[in-house]
Amino acid sequence: MFLTITTTGSGGMPATDLGFLLHKHPEKAQVFSTSYGDAHVFYPVASEQRCTAALLLEVDPVALVRRGKAKGRGGAPDSALGQYVNDRPYAASSLLAVALRTVFASALRGVCDARPERAAQPLPLRIEIPAVPARGGAALVRRLFEPLGWTVEAEPVALDEQFPAWGESRYVRLALEGEMRLSAALRHLYVLLPVLDDAKHYWVSPDEVDKLLRMGDGWLPAHPEQRLITSRYLARRWSLTRQAMERLELARLAEADDSEAEEIDNAVDEEVDTEEKPLPLAVQRREAILAELRDAGANRVLDLGCGQGQLVGALLKDVRFTEVLGVDVSSRALGEAARRLRLDRMGERQSSRVRLVQGSLTYTDARLKGYDAAVLSEVVEHLDLPRLPALEYAVFGSARPATVLVTTPNVEYNVRWETLPAGHVRHADHRFEWTREEFRSWAEQVAGRHGYGVRFVPVGPDDPEVGPPTQMAVFTMTAGSTTTAKEVTPA
Amino acid sequence: MTGKRTLPVTDLSLVVLIGTTGSGKSTFARRHFKPTEVISSDFCRGLVSDDENDQGASGDAFDVLHYIAGKRLAAGRLTVIDATSVQQESRRQLVRLAREHDVLPIAIVLDVPEQVCIERNASRPDRAHLPRHVVQRQQRELRRSLRQLEREGFRKVHILRGTEEVEAAEVVLERRYNDKRELTGPFDIIGDIHGCSSELETLLGKLGYVDGAHPEGRTAVFVGDLVDRGPDSPGVLRRVMGMVAAGSALCVPGNHENKLGRWLKGKQVQHTHGLAETIEQLEKEDEQDPAFREQVREFIDGLVSHYVLDGGRLVVCHAGLPEKYHGRTSGRVRSHALYGDTTGETDEFGLPVRYPWAEDYRGRAAVVYGHTPVPSTSWINNTICLDTGAVFGGRMTALRWPEREIVDVPAERVWYEPAKPLASEAPGGHDGRPLDLADVTGRRVVETAHHGRVAVREENAAAALEVMSRFAVDPRLLMYLPPTMSPCATSQLDGYLEHPHEAFAAYRADGVGQVLCEEKHMGSRAVALVCRDAQTAGERFGVTGGVTGALHTRTGRPFFDDPAVTEQVLERLRASVTAAGLWDELGTDWLLLDAELMPWSLKASGLLRKQYAAVGAASGAVFPGVLAALESAAARGTDVAGLLERQRGRSADAASFTEAYRRYCWTTEGLDGVRLAPFQILAAQGRSLAALPHDGQLALIDRLVANDPTGLLQETRRLLVDTRDEESVAAGTRWWLELTEAGGEGMVVKPLQALVRTEDGNRLVQPGIKCRGREYLRIIYGPEYTRPDQLVRLRSRALGHKRSLALREYALGLEALDRLAAGEPLWRVHEAVFALLALESEPVDPRL
Repeated sequence: MFLTITTTGSGGMPATDLGFLLHKHPEKAQVFSTSYGDAHVFYPVASEQRCTAALLLEVDPVALVRRGKAKGRGGAPDSALGQYVNDRPYAASSLLAVALRTVFASALRGVCDARPERAAQPLPLRIEIPAVPARGGAALVRRLFEPLGWTVEAEPVALDEQFPAWGESRYVRLALEGEMRLSAALRHLYVLLPVLDDAKHYWVSPDEVDKLLRMGDGWLPAHPEQRLITSRYLARRWSLTRQAMERLELARLAEADDSEAEEIDNAVDEEVDTEEKPLPLAVQRREAILAELRDAGANRVLDLGCGQGQLVGALLKDVRFTEVLGVDVSSRALGEAARRLRLDRMGERQSSRVRLVQGSLTYTDARLKGYDAAVLSEVVEHLDLPRLPALEYAVFGSARPATVLVTTPNVEYNVRWETLPAGHVRHADHRFEWTREEFRSWAEQVAGRHGYGVRFVPVGPDDPEVGPPTQMAVFTMTAGSTTTAKEVTPA
Repeated sequence: MTGKRTLPVTDLSLVVLIGTTGSGKSTFARRHFKPTEVISSDFCRGLVSDDENDQGASGDAFDVLHYIAGKRLAAGRLTVIDATSVQQESRRQLVRLAREHDVLPIAIVLDVPEQVCIERNASRPDRAHLPRHVVQRQQRELRRSLRQLEREGFRKVHILRGTEEVEAAEVVLERRYNDKRELTGPFDIIGDIHGCSSELETLLGKLGYVDGAHPEGRTAVFVGDLVDRGPDSPGVLRRVMGMVAAGSALCVPGNHENKLGRWLKGKQVQHTHGLAETIEQLEKEDEQDPAFREQVREFIDGLVSHYVLDGGRLVVCHAGLPEKYHGRTSGRVRSHALYGDTTGETDEFGLPVRYPWAEDYRGRAAVVYGHTPVPSTSWINNTICLDTGAVFGGRMTALRWPEREIVDVPAERVWYEPAKPLASEAPGGHDGRPLDLADVTGRRVVETAHHGRVAVREENAAAALEVMSRFAVDPRLLMYLPPTMSPCATSQLDGYLEHPHEAFAAYRADGVGQVLCEEKHMGSRAVALVCRDAQTAGERFGVTGGVTGALHTRTGRPFFDDPAVTEQVLERLRASVTAAGLWDELGTDWLLLDAELMPWSLKASGLLRKQYAAVGAASGAVFPGVLAALESAAARGTDVAGLLERQRGRSADAASFTEAYRRYCWTTEGLDGVRLAPFQILAAQGRSLAALPHDGQLALIDRLVANDPTGLLQETRRLLVDTRDEESVAAGTRWWLELTEAGGEGMVVKPLQALVRTEDGNRLVQPGIKCRGREYLRIIYGPEYTRPDQLVRLRSRALGHKRSLALREYALGLEALDRLAAGEPLWRVHEAVFALLALESEPVDPRL
């Protein structure tokens, strides 16, 4: 990875003073050892008019991989991902920030005994970094650097000119120009390069907050993107590390298929709900479900596809629900649910009402038998249509609770979502979205096959033309079929 | 009171020793039973309280005792309880425990004089201070108990009076009546007959029986319901009774025999469901053979509810039996065997609703039964119902065992109108019936024929469950997943990490001479299941909707998002199988193929963009600037020569890396540009082809390729090498060099004989060893891996775990194919496939 800093000189202020400010002699090439490889500093140009310092970090990719190996077989959190084929040796990532701190420590602090007056004053600076990984692209690069007084040239790098269809890479060729104190410029880079980076480099140390406060002193508090900078710099690290640890097995399965972990590990939404503010649809849905469960007189409830446990949490708030079993196929979602519900800190009486287990609705499951009601809220649409009969049998044929609530998006309503492009499903993992007619037809057939009656309840504003955003089917077992699949032990 | 007294004890039972303290129970138990068979209350007291005599700990001690006894009985082990058991309440709990596990409770009473007990206690230091009244009280309780033991539920009661009888007693183990494991057949198991004498004779004839005996010594096994409804129940009885008496048949009772037996004993029964007809026929029979009725009564009386046969591999009973009841003896076992499991309800025809026990069945033994008329027989979870409703005008069916072959004859007419139409939702119906979670989750051990027991850890099963449930193709079409493959040992040759020498040497060391080097295609692994038509897919794999197979990835995910594209690929494959004449040649209507699908960019485009092309883009962006800067610095006289030289090398490596991945990428349009290179036919109807030698395999596949006019199918280049011949090895190496220098990924070296064990037979030989090209490995180990400093470190890669994983996964793959070939139920195939997927999530260096 590579970075150049150029300044120009004027009468009495030679450009080569940059050497004093950086504490690196312009006539020498110097090597510094960092944790990830050697950092070289040299000057391609060094005249009174113009002086360029170059920092070249020779990242050792093998060492990078092996650093994480100490924790046992498999090693670093992202060991399943192709770390040998890694952009770290080339792109200016968080590693470059580490190198900046190691090599230009005094300059970062603004200390220069030889030229203290120059260190305290703005210089004409041009900083070039040929490959900056930028999550958020050139636009974000501008949003981050322009408010600090930089003139920003940010040009996306094509992935592969032989395959134009692949489009642009996540790298940006960056040039910053401005009148800036050198220490301020370096601090900007120190904080903002990791923020732009896709955060594949995990470091978590307790003094990270202090470092940010120190490095951001004087510019970060007033920065319009302060929240984004702080949260990306700090908050994501813990959760990323945890997330990476939790999904190791899945990541390996993804890799076996030459695909990315994100492709199959999408059961937990990292982003917060983006639905309308006043009364989000998710809340309306939960309330509609709770109302139906109360009407049905259910005490023991299954939340099938409980995800991160929002409905489980709501059920626990009502003591009439004496037993809640949350089932999800994603162990990561269940871990997230347990954390959100604070299961480990819940009192015994409360926690005895709830259990979270991994399960799959494409298999029959004896643990699901004998409950009063089951909720499948926004679940069916996450299953490929050919697998739906398996779910049908597992729930209506095998588990057979007296009441089953199924909610699913009403695709007709999608035209009312302003943010949803035409023809798009609401969630990337939705395998299908049904019209009211399609849902009704499926539900009625299911009910007929398994001895249930079914009625339909709109959830959310019921649009006269396209119906409600969410449709709910309420299945009730018809009298006489209650014990059809219950085990009877002869006396 | 002299001489030996034998005490018969059933080999699976709960033996309760009854006697006061000091009566010699422990000594008796030691003498007659294995130490592990005996659970003593004193020992359990010690376990929970550190004091064998702490009476205060009795409650907990008995909990432990019951728990251990329960575990032993569940596992089918004879268990002896060494506690005083003089109180009725304590015995009641034990009888209940025996019943819970469907074993016989047996009482052995040691009735020893009070004085003897007191003296024995006095001589033991830990009991010396036991008050005399304790023994006296126990003696009183024992006295009261003696007469009521049988009423309490003990099926055998042995009372030993006095020390002499105790000394002289001899315990003799008796086998259970239902345990006929020593009989290995071969058997012909015959379904419900219901008085259809003529059809029975036809069926017996078709099976090869001559006058009730088989010339090859086969044994007929009748699943019961010989009588009622049909025209000639006495004729059927006469035939079956004769065969059983002659030893050429076994018979278990059906519910109809049970009812007839009660009637014959003079009990009040309703003359419904065809009993009236039987009674009428028997009354006619009385005129000719007055003794017959009594013989029938005795015959029915002697029938055993079910039999465990053929070393435990086969269980025959009338109405089906869950595994926990196999070989057990209790009222409810008999009841289940006779009537099956009913839900207590009746359906709209007034018939009892049956619980589909077979759906839950996971046992190893095949259960063959009848009782529920079904339109046609089919195996479900290793169970099969042979009642095809002969008396209702259906068929009479027999199963040849161990051949698992169905032999049937049609009914001559409808002898009796059924109360309801022959239902298809009987346990045989397989429409959409899903697998059970208990088949796959948690820590599991899968028995494999080729590699023993393969364990799956819980966290790996959890990951597999998520992928299997959310992303995989329908499990009914997921018959196999390809195992991982180990690379060759690390080469020490200059500039190489992998080299064919190591692969050849490895096979030579394993005693494998002839190996086939196969070109390794660089795309994505694909498994294709192709059926002759949608009907075959429906009949053999139970799928509907016009689907004719599947094309899935290494983790079971569909290759193409659009099912129509999958069908197009299958259509082309099918056409070439047809043109090559392989359907008939292999006697099959479907084929399972292992293949590589190209280009790599088709499936891996996400990864390519995010990782491979990204590295190319970043390096491409950074090096021109770096080199220019260094050249300027050098021109100024700065000493950067070494650094510049190194950066030029790195820049060239990065360019080679970009070239390397580009070779495996090209754009496709629909199926244009898509290539499929099959390299193994894994299975066809009724057989696994995993052991077919690879030259034969490729010969079949060459014919597929030759018969594909569309250009989809691509051949696999190959070279036969003898690992013991230096010339040949050198030729193999040259071939590899040419292949890889022209941009090939490398090759896979396979034993020609495919499925090979080491010479000592102790373990499987690796089914293949991959040997990847020098340039290709840049994609794996990074652009600069060939630099000497990196290569030195990369050479210390550990292959042990990868090799072990490769063998375990190989064994699971073979197991899945074997189970598929044997027509085993879906859950058995799925178990192996699922375990293989789970193993794929084990931590192993992903670069190997």
